[in-house]
Amino acid sequence: MAKKIWVVLQQKDGKLHRMSREAIVAGQRLAHATGGSVEAVVLGSGVAEAASEAASFELEAVWKADHEALGTYTPGAYISALAAAVSSAKPDFVLFPHTYQSVDYFPRLAHQLEAGLLPEVTEMDASTGELQFKRPVLGGKMTATVRVKGEGMVLLSVQSGAFSVDDAVAGSCEVRDLDLAGTPITADRVLLGVEEVGGDQVDLSKAEVVVAVGRGVGGADKMASVEELAELLGAEIGASRPVIDNGWLPRDRQIGSSGQTVAPKLYLAIGISGAIQHLVGMKASSVVVAINKDPGAPIFTVADYGVVGDLHEILPALNEAIREARA
Amino acid sequence: MRIAVCIKQVPDTEARLRLGKDGRWLDEEDLPFVINESDEYALEEGLALAEKTGGEVVVFSLGPARVKDALRKALALGASKAVHLNDEAFANGDAQATARALHAAISRDSFDLVLTGSQSDDVGYAATGSVLAGHLGWPHAWLVMGVEVEEGGEALKVIREMESGMNEIVRLPLPAVLEIQAGINHPRYASLKGIMKAKRKPQEQLTAADLGLDASSVGAAGSRLEILSVAFPESGAGAQIIEGTPEQAAKSLVEKLQKEARVL
Ligand SMILES: Cc1cc2nc3c(=O)[nH]c(=O)nc-3n(C[C@H](O)[C@H](O)[C@H](O)COP(=O)(O)OP(=O)(O)OC[C@H]3O[C@@H](n4cnc5c(N)ncnc54)[C@H](O)[C@@H]3O)c2cc1C
Ligand SMILES: Nc1ncnc2c1ncn2[C@@H]1O[C@H](COP(=O)(O)O)[C@@H](O)[C@H]1O
Repeated sequence: MAKKIWVVLQQKDGKLHRMSREAIVAGQRLAHATGGSVEAVVLGSGVAEAASEAASFELEAVWKADHEALGTYTPGAYISALAAAVSSAKPDFVLFPHTYQSVDYFPRLAHQLEAGLLPEVTEMDASTGELQFKRPVLGGKMTATVRVKGEGMVLLSVQSGAFSVDDAVAGSCEVRDLDLAGTPITADRVLLGVEEVGGDQVDLSKAEVVVAVGRGVGGADKMASVEELAELLGAEIGASRPVIDNGWLPRDRQIGSSGQTVAPKLYLAIGISGAIQHLVGMKASSVVVAINKDPGAPIFTVADYGVVGDLHEILPALNEAIREARA
Repeated sequence: MRIAVCIKQVPDTEARLRLGKDGRWLDEEDLPFVINESDEYALEEGLALAEKTGGEVVVFSLGPARVKDALRKALALGASKAVHLNDEAFANGDAQATARALHAAISRDSFDLVLTGSQSDDVGYAATGSVLAGHLGWPHAWLVMGVEVEEGGEALKVIREMESGMNEIVRLPLPAVLEIQAGINHPRYASLKGIMKAKRKPQEQLTAADLGLDASSVGAAGSRLEILSVAFPESGAGAQIIEGTPEQAAKSLVEKLQKEARVL
């Protein structure tokens, strides 16, 4: 079942996005599993550097769509360029990194191409003779095994951290220009500007210890023992998204894919379930402690130490134990 | 503005999840359901925009009988009409099959704006709104953290979330589809008056046949994606679980962090 695989890479200022490199690895795996071949595509304006970076991986070819109209990302521009290219090359699979940019447009591209749509893949397996994929469901509390029925192209996105860049097979291949001469590239929105969310952000990335709270804390008025713990440990307080969305802490305390990325020596996740969007922001922490009342919470799969129980009982006891140990 | 808001009913994130008998999905018996988190924010955004521009909100939900509770809540919050896509044939659709059905229902009426959530908290395809935009042929934006109608009412200024604490501001012409991200606003609570009024508001039930859709083009039959099984993560695959009363656990945790991990 040799498959033709395309990987659409995201780049910024001539550099490939980390998740683009992971998507290349996923493409190589899929090619290996199906006896197929992988080609990569880079879109943008002035992308020669990113294309040559891509060409240092084992690929059949790198296609470069270098066009002024692709200089600023819009779904309309990217979809018009890719729809034309994909329709003529007819790959079986088109892989995208599951970034905020790809997810903005690739479902719509799938619709336009009448292709199957498979978001957020974390594993691929061909050992049963049929291709099966895994993806998180229910906020990462469960994993679904899925397959794609029927005939025709499939567009899929590859979740962050699921494939390691260390597993990339190096190589060298030719960079070719995609012919976009006859393709009208039409922007469907205008970029007016870019802004920092938190304004003057606290920088959590330098903290040695982070005490992070999640929705499980239950309210802004229930934070006393968390604050005490942070003070005892000389830690910065961070949070998962719902804590911020509910207004319990300011936005510049958010950790995760749309917040800050931290890598402290010690990370305490308190009342946080461990959704992938949170994990990407803290998984480089050296030691992770999770306190959660649900023994099945996915945070326990990435933690080093876990305590199962009500955080409002455990935190006061923990604060006391720290004070005692220091006395 | 006339605004359509798509709301999905999903298992409460607080609920204890149990595997269903066939292993393909959850056991839904006694499972509490709520309105999907980002959809609550989408509904609030729709209601606020309708109030500001002098319009109305119609809510759409595809799902079984239990979905009535979610629709009733939306009516109590201020939506003026609810449309329930209720047909066995719609069940277990992927994002494309669900968007196809929602599009058929939404396009029977005329709207200036369609709002969805950014991602459902159960299957989480993060795609239904974008595919819906494809059907409508309207521009769209995913992960919307701010909406402003420009003077003249022909275009929107939209804040889009990007990775790592950045936003981009974009202008889209109307009509458009916006996929609203959690945290954009502060959803209101239903008032007693709202709850009373909701009882008299129109609720429409639609089947695939009502929408002129072939049953094979929606739901599981109309999907390329098929869930074969779901499973819990191997529990505690990484973590060493510390047992005991809160006091005992706290004490041994501190000891381990001092002596084993050497981070205290
Ligand atoms: C595009 C996108 C971007 C996102 N970006 C981010 C991001 O940057 N950062 C982020 O964190 N999330 C982000 N999210 C949201 C993410 O998907 C999850 O919804 C979120 O991380 C869940 O937060 P939580 O774990 O605090 O809440 P929940 O998932 O509701 O978990 C609460 C946890 O608390 C536990 N608990 C409850 N009560 C107690 C108690 N008394 N004692 C002990 N434990 C208790 C529960 O068992 C549960 O595990 C994003 C989502 C999307 C779609
Ligand atoms: N069954 C449904 N009924 C109504 N709206 C839905 C349904 N499924 C998905 N949506 C909408 O599409 C958004 C994205 O869902 P998903 O693509 O499943 O992540 C949700 O937040 C809803 O607004």
